[in-house]
Amino acid sequence: MWDYTDKVKEHFLNPRNVGDIPDADAVGEVGSLACGDALKLFIKLDDAKERIVQATFQTFGCGSAIASSSALTEMIKGKTLDEALAVTNQEIADYLGGLPEEKMHCSVMGQEALELAIVTYRGGPAPTHGHDHAHEQEGEVVCKCFGLTDGFLRKVIEQNRLHTAEQVTHFTKAGGACGGCIPQIKDIIAQVLGEQPAPPPKKQEKLTNLRKMQLIQEVLENEVRPQLWADGGDLELVDIAGSTVQIAFRKACAGCHSSGHTAKFVEQKLRDMVSSDIVVEEVEG
Amino acid sequence: MKENYLDNNATTKVDEAVFEEMRPYLCEFYGNPSSMHFFGGQVQKKVDEARKRVAALLGADPSEIIFTACGTESDNTAIRSALETFPDRRHIITTRVEHPAVLTLCRGLTKKGYRVTELGVDGAGRLDLDELKKAIDDDTAIVSVMWANNETGVVFPIEEIGAIVKEQGALFHTDAVQAVGKIPLNMATSTVDMLSLSGHKLHAPKGIGILYLRKGTPFRPFLVGGHQERSRRAGTENTAAIIALGKACEMAGEWLEDENTRVLGMRDRLEKELLAIIPHSRINGGGAQRLPNTLSIAFEFVEGEAILLLLSEKGICASSGSACTSGSLEPSHVLRAMGVPFTCAHGSIRFSLSRFTTDEEIDAVIRELPPIIQRLRQISPFGRELLK
Repeated sequence: MWDYTDKVKEHFLNPRNVGDIPDADAVGEVGSLACGDALKLFIKLDDAKERIVQATFQTFGCGSAIASSSALTEMIKGKTLDEALAVTNQEIADYLGGLPEEKMHCSVMGQEALELAIVTYRGGPAPTHGHDHAHEQEGEVVCKCFGLTDGFLRKVIEQNRLHTAEQVTHFTKAGGACGGCIPQIKDIIAQVLGEQPAPPPKKQEKLTNLRKMQLIQEVLENEVRPQLWADGGDLELVDIAGSTVQIAFRKACAGCHSSGHTAKFVEQKLRDMVSSDIVVEEVEG
Repeated sequence: MKENYLDNNATTKVDEAVFEEMRPYLCEFYGNPSSMHFFGGQVQKKVDEARKRVAALLGADPSEIIFTACGTESDNTAIRSALETFPDRRHIITTRVEHPAVLTLCRGLTKKGYRVTELGVDGAGRLDLDELKKAIDDDTAIVSVMWANNETGVVFPIEEIGAIVKEQGALFHTDAVQAVGKIPLNMATSTVDMLSLSGHKLHAPKGIGILYLRKGTPFRPFLVGGHQERSRRAGTENTAAIIALGKACEMAGEWLEDENTRVLGMRDRLEKELLAIIPHSRINGGGAQRLPNTLSIAFEFVEGEAILLLLSEKGICASSGSACTSGSLEPSHVLRAMGVPFTCAHGSIRFSLSRFTTDEEIDAVIRELPPIIQRLRQISPFGRELLK
């Protein structure tokens, strides 16, 4: 059984703002029967066409999809369109006291419908979300089961700082059906991680031991482990003695026949980013 | 809140009489049946008695019963044993609607170089035996086909399948976890070589199962170690649970007629009334032979997890083939294999009855479910449009 918060349950059992608005200013519809969830969001603006005075929804989906829709309509009432556009899926989840990670895609669906409604109202092109088969999609379809594009996945990965394919599935459903696109999802994660702010320049000056240890830890945390997570692996820093860094592989990396290769990769990364004399040793830990 | 428990294909209540049978074998008669002393020996006698009781329900010889920890262990043991005893045969046949205990194992074996054929089913969940005839050859080591499906209750023609399998000299295994105690089985006249059974589906506790192994069938144990179960399954016997399973099997035989008359009648009443009251509903597997206790019913334009949560609010326990309950994102592999349309695959609910099910529980579902479906269709964009 899902561990839903009381607030999720309350919004599911007593959803606010169910229904349509016949003279809505903006409508955003995402999802489909085939996907297993769908949301149609209706927005009514004030006379100045700036502020949202009413928002309603119709949702086909599980308990958390209905609760997320209900929460979304409550959150955006009274907001200007720009303020509403700034609402993130994480804020929808937070409003409900959190969602199980497997259900985060429900909050993403809410955010998508909102964005689609506002952008379409403003006469712009439909955003690159891909969740709605009816709309023109930019980018290449990665997940064929749910019709999700690389542009959409990239955005969700960046916004939510996702670092594993499993997380991407929980947030977008991509890869959750046949699983055929999981390698591509991993590639996109690696690309996004690769585009993150440039790493600190290679330190040429003599480092104090303390500073060196700090840098090694930073590089392992920020550069190395996220890449291992993407493949279901992990490592643990066991000890640092001078320039010798002892690591132990965890999860998929532990006992993996290419772990020697991975150790070399870690060493190269540390040599590039910390100090050229670093030696990485794999130990049982 | 009093529970209305209609999820007996998931697990069942331990019968009080079964519990009474096992109770002394935990704190009082806790001896190890392998011991030489009287204290262990008296437990050995009860384990032997349990083995006879299980064998009697299946029409088997007691020596053909191997106690295991669960249905999944029995399935894994059977399939791996067949592959090890026929090392020259590299082909496995199973079905697309098997329980994950078989399907996940077989799919994993494809990575080890085995060829796996998954037989499809039609819209009513039935196999096409011609597909089996075409697929099977002298490379086939084992055919594993469930006796009855856990989600829809559809019963497969096991003896017809067995006859085809025997012609090719392959081994025949059936996962009968959902069938035992619900329909009569008789190994004495059967083509089945190996059969899996799980205790907690027939009012015994969780953590006990059996593998039926026909005399003369080549076998390699899955767990090796001590000489328990005549070296076919090492590990100290779960004596209390074995004794419980023996009693549960004896009772299942006695209750079999009730299952196929009174329980069947309640299932049919539930089915008929729900179909009559709720528009846009259909039975999954309705055109096939089904277990007497299982009802899988699909409601269009609504999603199963939402239905289950609202039923749960009313004290009604059921299950769904919906994606959202499991964390998987697709509707159940069984419903997809049957080609159930997406409009209702996400909104399928399984009610499964037992001898403890009462008319009041059936009444509760008939009373509570229609307004729940109506309410969710009011929220659903598709439901609103299509029900106008």
